[in-house]
Amino acid sequence: MDWTWFHRLASPPHIYRVAGTLTPWFAWPAGLLIVSALYAGLFLAPPDYQQGEGFRMIYVHAPSAWLSVMIYGVMATAAAVGLIWRMKVAHAAAASCAAIGASFTFVSLVTGMLWGKPMWGTYWVWDPRLTAQLVLLFLYLGYMALRSGIDDLGRADRASAVLAIIGVVNLPIIRYSVEWWNSIHQAPSVMKMERPSMPFDMLAPLLMMLLGFTLMFAAVMLVRVRAEVLRRERGASWVKEVVS
Amino acid sequence: MTPRQRRIALVVGILGGVSLAALLATRAFQDNVMFFFDPSQVAAGAAPLDKRFRLGGMVRPGTVARTAGSLDMQFVVTDFQRDVPVRYSGVVPDLFRENQGVVAHGKLGRDGIFVADEILAKHDENYMPPEVARAIKEKHGGVMPVNPDIRSGPRT
Repeated sequence: MDWTWFHRLASPPHIYRVAGTLTPWFAWPAGLLIVSALYAGLFLAPPDYQQGEGFRMIYVHAPSAWLSVMIYGVMATAAAVGLIWRMKVAHAAAASCAAIGASFTFVSLVTGMLWGKPMWGTYWVWDPRLTAQLVLLFLYLGYMALRSGIDDLGRADRASAVLAIIGVVNLPIIRYSVEWWNSIHQAPSVMKMERPSMPFDMLAPLLMMLLGFTLMFAAVMLVRVRAEVLRRERGASWVKEVVS
Repeated sequence: MTPRQRRIALVVGILGGVSLAALLATRAFQDNVMFFFDPSQVAAGAAPLDKRFRLGGMVRPGTVARTAGSLDMQFVVTDFQRDVPVRYSGVVPDLFRENQGVVAHGKLGRDGIFVADEILAKHDENYMPPEVARAIKEKHGGVMPVNPDIRSGPRT
């Protein structure tokens, strides 16, 4: 198998160029999808028979929660690749994920609390699903704190990569917490093997929003990877050419 | 082993070790992680009788009785195998209704009645527009079944 494409990914100037070219191809569809999904979710989808209009919180809450878990997977994979193949660009990619993932985790927690008060009757309970999601936020914050706490870049990369890999264990706990233990959080409506427990006109905006958030993550990630690569290579001659 | 293979082994080792630790920890704390006990667990003696705990299940249809002129109410929580009667005084969340999930926090009395001081509603994973819900209800003689099939309603 030809691994040239993989090895070229390790080259910072190559990544910088490719990321810059790709960004608009993710950013524009992301913007269009999110705006139309918001319109479809808030105005076109019918209200729920029990929750009424309040159910529309799902259109922000569920995609944020999915992304928060998915981004952690991407971050840990990049960190592992960086650790195993000593690939600096992979470490830069992992570092770029953390703040985005933390933001989505925060949004999922806040929207969940705002929905929980009228529906469950409480903002917060120490339930397995809610607690595991809070742990995910702390993992992201801990990862960022660890990185910024170590001055030597190589050591910061390796130490934070180990932390990122350790945190992977939380991902199946988040996903299956509602099935393994009695939880106040409802079981998955969409992310399961059976048919979604939701009619198509409620489901379509949700999937649009999921795709929109995913593309938005990719676009923001590309911008952050470029910034991170520039910061790391600030002494290199190719950076001087790019910046001047 | 090449250095790279050693690093792969390190990553796999971390994942394996941490998974094992998490597995043992969650098994040891099984009872603490459990957010609520269902009526069958209460009947089997799994729930603590001397302490407060959470009781979860469905509100059995036709059992919600409110005392006029006060916030006192009584209903039966069921998992369709065992029942536990619950007494509560206060405001219930909007989603509290018959045949819906509920989590009550309180203490089980000697008379077998669970005295709750907090009631939370548990939502299920089914979403549907009101007209679909109405059609399904009509089909089932005016009662919403516990696990409604959204495809049995009209197409919207």
